[in-house]
Amino acid sequence: MTWNPTASYTEPEYGIGAMIIGTFMVSIGALAIAVPLGIGTAAYLSDVASPRVREIIKPVVEILAGIPSVVVGFLGIVFVGPAIAKVFHIPNGLNALNGSILLAVMAIPTIVSISEDALKSVPRSFTEASLALGGTKWQTLARVKIPAAMSGIIAACMLGMGRAIGETMTVLMATGCAQAVPHGFLDSVRTMTTTIAIELGEVPFNTTHYYALFAIGLVLFIITFIVNMISEMVLHKYQKVVK
Amino acid sequence: MKKRQLQEILGFNLLRVCMVLVLLTLAFILYDIISKGAGKISWEFLTAMPRNGMKEGGILPAIVGTVLVTVITAILSIPFGMGAAIYLNEYAKDNNLTRLIRMSIRNLSGVPSIVYGLFGVILFVQAMNIGTCVLSAGLTLGLMTLPWTITASEEALKNVPNSFREGALALGATKWQAIRTNVLPYAISGMLTGTILGLSRAAGETAPILFTGAAFYLPFLPRSLFDQFMALPYHLYIMSTQHHAITQVRPIAYGTALVLITAVFAMNLFATILRYRLRKTKME
Repeated sequence: MTWNPTASYTEPEYGIGAMIIGTFMVSIGALAIAVPLGIGTAAYLSDVASPRVREIIKPVVEILAGIPSVVVGFLGIVFVGPAIAKVFHIPNGLNALNGSILLAVMAIPTIVSISEDALKSVPRSFTEASLALGGTKWQTLARVKIPAAMSGIIAACMLGMGRAIGETMTVLMATGCAQAVPHGFLDSVRTMTTTIAIELGEVPFNTTHYYALFAIGLVLFIITFIVNMISEMVLHKYQKVVK
Repeated sequence: MKKRQLQEILGFNLLRVCMVLVLLTLAFILYDIISKGAGKISWEFLTAMPRNGMKEGGILPAIVGTVLVTVITAILSIPFGMGAAIYLNEYAKDNNLTRLIRMSIRNLSGVPSIVYGLFGVILFVQAMNIGTCVLSAGLTLGLMTLPWTITASEEALKNVPNSFREGALALGATKWQAIRTNVLPYAISGMLTGTILGLSRAAGETAPILFTGAAFYLPFLPRSLFDQFMALPYHLYIMSTQHHAITQVRPIAYGTALVLITAVFAMNLFATILRYRLRKTKME
């Protein structure tokens, strides 16, 4: 659990438990914010908005995806951090909550565009059948289209999560990076990505510490690989069902 | 009013609130950076070296560094990306090997950027002994953008109707002639759109260049591809977290952020216009 590779009086320790917890905490927090907002926006675009409004909003959401992560992190420092500090009366706002909010902003465009595609590719006959039975448009959306598009939506959320887990700069700048197991969202956390970013520049080549950082990279690679594979498989299965 | 109708109105308004929140977030980000960064932008800021421990002066080396690295990224990812896409879509047979290649490419596009950074350190900086420099950083970013370029280019090639290929082949053209004269002219703008979007993402990335060549503070321009360099995103990171007088340099950080998002959006806009023109020519 403890990561302390530069201990001078005791044996150096190379445990990455706290980082894995930190990574998942920040990513799951981000999903908790991004999933409802993202699916809500996608449903709005596919079912409520007029074609003209949709043509305007879709590129605007894409702009959000184009903002470099370091700019998002910068806003975490200058705006979200102080705001959190004020709301919760804590000395500084660089913590897991800050990271989650920023990662949510970055994951939303992915979730919106893939969920919208999924909702759009629900066959028309499903919608028509529901409306013909006297369902309102809302009932059709909530009880027919969303369940039918569920695997596409799940894939969208998994991809958003993959992005959140692998994001470096935003969390590096906004979460405070304290090395301890976090107890809540107002604690500072350190993720796997940030540990690599902070320490790789300072370690001598070919030491245990150096290889430990690459090992973190490997764990990170495997985790994102699994998350992406699952979303790929879910998406594939869903495309088959639709066809 | 019936309960069901009330439910529908409530539900749709809830969705509308979600959409408005997302738009407001974007509006706020843009407003904050533009309003606080615009005051810093001047000819001097864009064309001067940083002075006095980066507390004064401009960001010219960071701009030049980012442009240079993006050019190297483009040189690596455009020919290889488009070549791989042409191979996969036009030549490769649909067997287990190509399926494996496609799956690997899709998974590579989801690999975290910092992992590419680690890979760049091992391959370019150490194994190939290029050192930390513009070239290493550009090659690392190039590797990172390759999967995006390949996927987008393949998508563009898929959209060319098969009759175009068959027409040329029926007239006795070789396969390559058919691709060159009948397929590429129609696919090229789609391929470029995807590539430019990939490059704009690469230009804004920080994690892969952290250890492969970006420098904290260099009051001169890189003189060769083997020099270290300053880059806009890394400069913004330094200015907002590592500088010893953080509050004093905040305007510079805002200015840098504004220049960075302007550059990235300009590339995105260019790609969008390309796509729009493509769609128009298709409809005609």
